[in-house]
Amino acid sequence: MTTAANASDSLQIGSHIFQSRLIVGTGKYAGYESMREALDISGAECITVAVRRERLIDSAGRNILDFIDTARYTILPNTAGCFTAEDAIRVARLGREILSQLNNPGADWVKLEVLGDAKTLLPDPIATLAATEKLVADGFQVLVYTSDDPVTAKRLKQAGASSVMPAGSPIGSGQGVLNPNAIRICLEYLKEGDPAYPVIVDAGVGTASDVTVAMELGVDGVLLNTGIAHAKDPLKMARAMKLGVEAGRLAYLSGRIPKKLYATASSPTEGTIAGALPASAKNSTR
Amino acid sequence: MQIELNGENREAPEGITVADLLEVLKLAGKPVAVEVNRELVIKARHAEHHLAPGDRVEVVSLVGGG
Repeated sequence: MTTAANASDSLQIGSHIFQSRLIVGTGKYAGYESMREALDISGAECITVAVRRERLIDSAGRNILDFIDTARYTILPNTAGCFTAEDAIRVARLGREILSQLNNPGADWVKLEVLGDAKTLLPDPIATLAATEKLVADGFQVLVYTSDDPVTAKRLKQAGASSVMPAGSPIGSGQGVLNPNAIRICLEYLKEGDPAYPVIVDAGVGTASDVTVAMELGVDGVLLNTGIAHAKDPLKMARAMKLGVEAGRLAYLSGRIPKKLYATASSPTEGTIAGALPASAKNSTR
Repeated sequence: MQIELNGENREAPEGITVADLLEVLKLAGKPVAVEVNRELVIKARHAEHHLAPGDRVEVVSLVGGG
């Protein structure tokens, strides 16, 4: 099966190049087996993981890495759950240390999340910016989770982020892209004079059409987790998300027709055997 | 001596190294990362880094996440 987009239409983030524009998380699955299968079906080449304290009582327990082919996937470690720049930097370094041991290409990057509030999981823009600067100086390629605020997005790029990743809506909320116009302005700011700069919608997508809407706006990829993991059938949804990304990308590249208020006939208006338009069907404009 | 391991107090032999601690925890050779007093101790230094009383040690691994 060929990918929907042509072979040269790859996604480049920093030094990493992927054919798939879908990045999927590994959290919240009912089991590691269904996670493994959903990752496979999604077509993703890049997957995210979190860094957490080892459970020392149950260290003989199963490890997620036993269910991830580290030669196949580029692992993107996140700093989820961090509320300060300092903690996010610590977690980024710990993640890099583990991925270095695995010889995974993901050892040189991080998905930075510095949260401001546990209820909304909205990012703290000031701490996020500070952490971005420090991690870039420390040699990381930084992919930054942020809100859809265009000015913050611009500042994060200026700070050296390899990708800015505005949320479509709050993490895990499944509300889709709530403010497409904000994403459009983010794209305009971030890609001005730099059209290849990767912008990823991260978080909030609930179903395939949400992904398609995001891709049609012209973002370079979508990162999601809950939408697949908590679907009633995660495997079917993994395929739906894969197709949604491809459909949205192709539609974006195709250039959609402008929206018009009135109809335009698809069939020829000449040569119809029907009689003259009755007066009742005529209106003031046509 | 007492150390704090992943947020809990724990007895450890005087001067134990990070490498020996991981051995005790049956985590030697496993994909984990270690921090002592909020500073990363890279794997190459596990055998030479001796713990001191009161050290706060974090041993972390990868889990599912988005």
